Amino acid sequence: MQIKEIQEEIVDEFSMFDDWMQRYEYMISLGKSLPLIDPAYKTDDHLIKGCQSKVWVHAEMDSDLVKFTADSDAIITKGIIAILLRVFSNQKPKDILEADMDFIDQIGLKEHLSPTRANGLVSMIKQLKLYALAFETKRKQNT
Amino acid sequence: MSAIEKRQNLDITTIRKQFPILNRKVNGYPLVYLDNAATSQKPQMVIDAIVDYYTNYNANIHRGVHSLSQEATDAYEQARKKLQQHFNAAKTHEIIFTSGTTHGINLVANGFTTLLKAGDEIIVSALEHHSNIVPWQMLCERTNARLLVIPMLPDGTLDIDAYDKLLSPKTKLVFVNHISNALGVINPIQSIIQKAHEFGAAVLIDGAQSCAHIKPDVQAIDADFYVASAHKMCGPTGVGILYGKEAWLRKLPPYQGGGEMIAEVTFEKTTYADLPHKFEAGTPNICGGIAFGVAVDYLNSLGFENIEAYETKLLHYVTDKLKSISGLKIYGDIAEKTAVISFNLEGIHPYDVGSILDKLGIAVRTGHHCAQPIMDYFKIPGTVRASFSFYNTMEEVDSLVSAVIKAKQMLA
Repeated sequence: MQIKEIQEEIVDEFSMFDDWMQRYEYMISLGKSLPLIDPAYKTDDHLIKGCQSKVWVHAEMDSDLVKFTADSDAIITKGIIAILLRVFSNQKPKDILEADMDFIDQIGLKEHLSPTRANGLVSMIKQLKLYALAFETKRKQNT
Repeated sequence: MSAIEKRQNLDITTIRKQFPILNRKVNGYPLVYLDNAATSQKPQMVIDAIVDYYTNYNANIHRGVHSLSQEATDAYEQARKKLQQHFNAAKTHEIIFTSGTTHGINLVANGFTTLLKAGDEIIVSALEHHSNIVPWQMLCERTNARLLVIPMLPDGTLDIDAYDKLLSPKTKLVFVNHISNALGVINPIQSIIQKAHEFGAAVLIDGAQSCAHIKPDVQAIDADFYVASAHKMCGPTGVGILYGKEAWLRKLPPYQGGGEMIAEVTFEKTTYADLPHKFEAGTPNICGGIAFGVAVDYLNSLGFENIEAYETKLLHYVTDKLKSISGLKIYGDIAEKTAVISFNLEGIHPYDVGSILDKLGIAVRTGHHCAQPIMDYFKIPGTVRASFSFYNTMEEVDSLVSAVIKAKQMLA
């Protein structure tokens, strides 16, 4: 599925909730079901630096698609990661780089974009896109 | 009978009406503001003082012969006088206006560069805010002095036996916060100061967290330096004071060069202005200084004994209520503390708890509270910190407790 389609699907899912509490409960359940990251990648090298919750991200290429795995020590953050990985994992680096993130606002998670939520969405998205950029640059060099 | 057992007689309903922000809603819920250790809210009279200054007598001070300048200068210097009385400094010129606590600390740390030599020692406590550690590390780098740390005990208090052993004739400076910002623990500063003085060391007390709750008497505690920020005391941001004993302030060189701090300037030599202007280069935060004076008047009109008594009641109430939640751990749960409660729910990240509380309109702080060494000590990523003021109510405590229970249900 294309990134845009996945985002629309997520917006649809979130539109079923009446209030923030249901949205958060859903995110918490997503966080709990996030596949475990290989412990070998849960190192400081994979840490997104910040002052609130810790986030580890690993990326690798599988044929021409980027596969992300990630973890956090905070469950709501894990829920956010689960949403981001659903959007970005198994996509082409170029598509990841070009993706816009308007859907975040539409699913009512805008507050997590605030700069005071250090280590929130903004730095995570930046990190995922950096990985995509690295893979894309490498691909261009090899062709 | 100690001060905290006296009957409180604050009319909280009336007090709350003086703080316009307390009427607002956050995420659809009435605001419950429990982040007072980060900054306090402002009463209408402080807001009015700011508006009045810019509306009626804004002018630069200490230089104009015109009437506006005179009025502004008088109001600013009157504020200094109020602060002198509030902190019980012996002289008005021992009160230096700063941009806040951090500025005051840096001013002293910078001044000691010329007074220290290699091998001298500076003692700081493990309970310090980052801002109270870094300037001393920088001072040590400049002078090759050594930085020693008073360790913390498991209950969040300072290890005073260890402090006794750290003191020596090499000790030149001791820096301790009056009250720890992360845990709210009140440090025994009077004995810390007295012991340092036996070795001839100067002591700087960081009053950022204490001044909203207690009225420090700098002469009674015999502090050499004391710093505070207006914004934690119902005053505006960007202004604070450094109190220094006159003898010490005369020993320290000026911190910044500029207007206001000079007596005569030629290209060959500049002579510095007398205290307090020697440390007040450039146009100061005039409006902020004046409003700081108004904020102190306001707090004194409530009475610090009343504030302390009421906040102690709040603290006991919230402590008992939170303790009834299973799996909730309180850090720094001791008798000698102010109305700050730092806690975690077992197995749950403080960030998650804070996010849920925010959705319920409750403002708390989560994280390491700029006191990473304390968090490392407890081996936790941070805490949820609820910090109270005299305008908080028992009903707000109930809201906090219900919200924590709700967060626990959602996150467990």
